[in-house]
Amino acid sequence: MPPKTVENRRAPMTPEVVASTSESSAGSLLSVNGLTLEAVSEILAQATVLEREDPLKRAERLAKRRIALLFYESSTRTRTSFELAAKGLGADTTLVSSLSSSIEKGETLKDTGLTLRALGAEAIILRHPNSGAPWLLERETGLPVLNAGDGMHEHPSQALLDLRTILAHLRPGVETVTAETLAGVTVSIVGDILHSRVARSNMLLLPKLGATVVLCGPKELLPETAAQAGPGIEIERDLIRAIGRSQVVMMLRIQAERLAGLQVDLEEYKTRYQLTEERLAAHAPTALVMHPGPIIRGLELTGEVADGPQSLILEQVHHGVAIRMALVLRALSQPARKAVGA
Amino acid sequence: MSTILIRNGHLIDPAAGVDGLKDIVLRDGRVAEVAEPGKTTLGKAKPGPDLQMIDAKGLTVAPGLVDIHVHLREPGQRHKETIATGTAAAAAGGFTSVAAMPNTVPTNDSPEITRWMQAPERNAAIRVFPIGAATRAIKGEVLNDYAALKSAGVVAVTDDGHPILKDSIMREVLINATRCGLSVIQHAEDTRMTGGCSMNAGATAFRLGLRGMPPEAEYGLVERDIRLVTELSMNGKGDKNGHRPHLHVAHTSTAQAVAAVRQARRNGLRVTCEVAPHHFLLTEEHVGAYDTNAKMNPPLRSAEDRDAMIQGILDGVVDAIATDHAPHASHEKEVEFERAPNGITGLESALGLSLRWLHHEWKLPLGRVLSLLSAQPAALLGLRGRGTLSVGSFADVLIFDPKQEWVFQAKNSRSKSKNTPFDGWTMQGKVHWTISEGRVAFQAATA
Repeated sequence: MPPKTVENRRAPMTPEVVASTSESSAGSLLSVNGLTLEAVSEILAQATVLEREDPLKRAERLAKRRIALLFYESSTRTRTSFELAAKGLGADTTLVSSLSSSIEKGETLKDTGLTLRALGAEAIILRHPNSGAPWLLERETGLPVLNAGDGMHEHPSQALLDLRTILAHLRPGVETVTAETLAGVTVSIVGDILHSRVARSNMLLLPKLGATVVLCGPKELLPETAAQAGPGIEIERDLIRAIGRSQVVMMLRIQAERLAGLQVDLEEYKTRYQLTEERLAAHAPTALVMHPGPIIRGLELTGEVADGPQSLILEQVHHGVAIRMALVLRALSQPARKAVGA
Repeated sequence: MSTILIRNGHLIDPAAGVDGLKDIVLRDGRVAEVAEPGKTTLGKAKPGPDLQMIDAKGLTVAPGLVDIHVHLREPGQRHKETIATGTAAAAAGGFTSVAAMPNTVPTNDSPEITRWMQAPERNAAIRVFPIGAATRAIKGEVLNDYAALKSAGVVAVTDDGHPILKDSIMREVLINATRCGLSVIQHAEDTRMTGGCSMNAGATAFRLGLRGMPPEAEYGLVERDIRLVTELSMNGKGDKNGHRPHLHVAHTSTAQAVAAVRQARRNGLRVTCEVAPHHFLLTEEHVGAYDTNAKMNPPLRSAEDRDAMIQGILDGVVDAIATDHAPHASHEKEVEFERAPNGITGLESALGLSLRWLHHEWKLPLGRVLSLLSAQPAALLGLRGRGTLSVGSFADVLIFDPKQEWVFQAKNSRSKSKNTPFDGWTMQGKVHWTISEGRVAFQAATA
């Protein structure tokens, strides 16, 4: 009996795959994948409302509500900005970091999350070195979780604040975004794409608004498969060609802590990929220069570029607080899902 | 020991070439008779203390299933599974023989542990065939005493989970195992390429921000092992006793590994392979939202690889379906994906999934499916008298309804652990009875 060949059988019908983008708790933000353009528009509009609001009135919005910041990795910008955002809305925040807590004693993420919930936390802002950790925390606690960076996976609030920064310059006044809002705009993301959660969130978010994302970096830091992460993503190995066609250039740090034995020749890297004043002047004299920080002056970009007129690096930080206020408010404004055992 | 008469069942015994209505008499742990319905020497005997009758009308009777790749976790990890619970799960899944991997704590590299695993005190529901560690403490350095292991009951050697990377050691393992008439099972993974990895390499791993295991890490080692087997086979003459090395590739997951095995067989080598149900059903997409029950090693691969597993099963290059039953406690799996241990349970879902998909969906004849789950794996490890119900064989019998659909519920599993991606899946083929060496090891509540 000749067996049927694979070609002429139909694909196995297996139960639907649960996509990593599924948001089980409405207030959570785990990945930009689950964000509709409508949701992005709401967040952008809310950020502006909150930014302009009288601080005393704003502080009544989440007065005495409890929000936990759970940080398993060091952070300056993201942590401070989320903390200021939550406090700006009047919430009580508590910071738990992997050093100086029971995490050091071997407590699991599940148990730490359940403990924070028992202490009255209504939402958790999580930074974690393992990709996917926010899903685990959300699943186990039933609380809204804001992903403040998970391993090499995503950093959705950074992508949203980057978007707000880009819009402020290229589409001033626009808050209601559509699939055409950034049509014709090319954004280069340059450097250590492989290990960058900022790159992943941006390459998934910006094309939703019509932008083209050009990834640029050496093979060991930018695998060919990156182009398959979503629509609107291209790879260009040559820095000059990449920035030459871009209205926005995002530079990334080489993530030494995630290289896992990978050797990168830094001198060669600088020769090929460092963003210098000369390169900028010659090939992208009007491009917006962005960087999620922390920047390493003299490596991925020169100090002159970081401090130069095209640089939006500090403006990005500024937009972070407004975006995160909107996200924190969104997290606590959803009808609470009844948590198991709560 | 009492006698069992199984009446009016449809016997499918692929190894014996039987496919029809038969009555079967089991006595003293062996198959005593196989006859036309009503024609056994028991005549019209009535059931009594010494004679149990099983009415198998409308049911299929087959040799008990044989799983050559399970982790029973004993000795050493009783919180995950014990030999008693693991074999109870196996019996519920229709299995009457399982081969237990040696990565226990301590590892099974001695006749003492091999005997301990088979001792009556372990309360095994079915037969357990220990597989010995190929090297001391599965470190890939010093070979164990294969003759001593074999005489204690070991049926093959492997360093499962810790592949033997050094060519010189793998060569020695093959030579020594061949001399003792033992098969060498390799978990093919070049661990120099998979450090810190937790799923298949590719676009999905990139998107999820997880480090990926390249397919080369599997098929590269399979190709290396086949080169060694080629050298040691001496153009088919074998060693000075005429023994040819037997390499068995565990849980094949990549298209290229199956292709390498296919080519080796064309070249006349004794190279066999098994495929686990999750590798012929699931793909890397099932990692989904970092589901730790979709994390195993080898990992779920691409759709092309999954299709190659199905093709390999359909065209016969795959010799066995084996579960790689790997129980882990819930607290061990309720952690970050990258930190979770590899492995899923499989003993209670293997038959139901194989019938549902290989037989029902992809039209592999029932006899072929049963053969892949019994006769072929038994032959592969030289388990004599297993995987067939010819007279004189062990009375290892599976009685099931091949058409009956049911839903697998992990919480009802007899295994100590519930780590399965198949919770809630529809299965086909309900086990009604499992008989191990003439004793009823499992009986369905409704039977």
